[in-house]
Amino acid sequence: MIIDILSWILLLTGGALGILGGIGIHRFPDFYTRLHAGGITDTLCAMLILTGLALQAGWSLAAFKLGMIFMFLFFTSPTASHALASAAMHSGLKPRLEGDEPAGVPHHD
Amino acid sequence: MFIAVTLAILVTIGLALARALAGPTTYDRIAAANMFGTKTVLLIAVLAFLSDRADLLDIALVYALINFIGVIAALKLVTRGNFHGSSDKDSGII
Repeated sequence: MIIDILSWILLLTGGALGILGGIGIHRFPDFYTRLHAGGITDTLCAMLILTGLALQAGWSLAAFKLGMIFMFLFFTSPTASHALASAAMHSGLKPRLEGDEPAGVPHHD
Repeated sequence: MFIAVTLAILVTIGLALARALAGPTTYDRIAAANMFGTKTVLLIAVLAFLSDRADLLDIALVYALINFIGVIAALKLVTRGNFHGSSDKDSGII
């Protein structure tokens, strides 16, 4: 019972964080802030949802597979975010700083 | 309860898809596609519990692997302009 309630809390928090990250990636003004919003959903939302599902599964093969997915996302999503930010920085995409022109202007080189 | 989480993930996927369609730079699109892929992994994992078929988790695991490789490959293609690994920046399209 307690485990059920705990897993529901984890699942709903994960879903709420997912929606928040979606709103963030939709509304933030430039690429790097959008990457930050996407990083929230890649790490915390995914991990809360997977932990909640593993609590629902109990000690079983499904929980082991969820743990494998957890470990894989734990290592790959920061790597992907870092590769994205580094490639964008390398290609000359500047972060939008305070006082720059308003958002929505495409920034091609 | 699983249905609520499924709907939340679907809303997130929709917002990421909107950014992928609208995003001004290519990197915005790749970031949105990366987020889309991660959310798809979560969606498959939740659907495995919703429909009570634990073997869907294998598909989620494989999708996580493919998503990471796909993002890195797309990033390399965009940055270098090819897949065959020259580190010469002048030959890229950027």
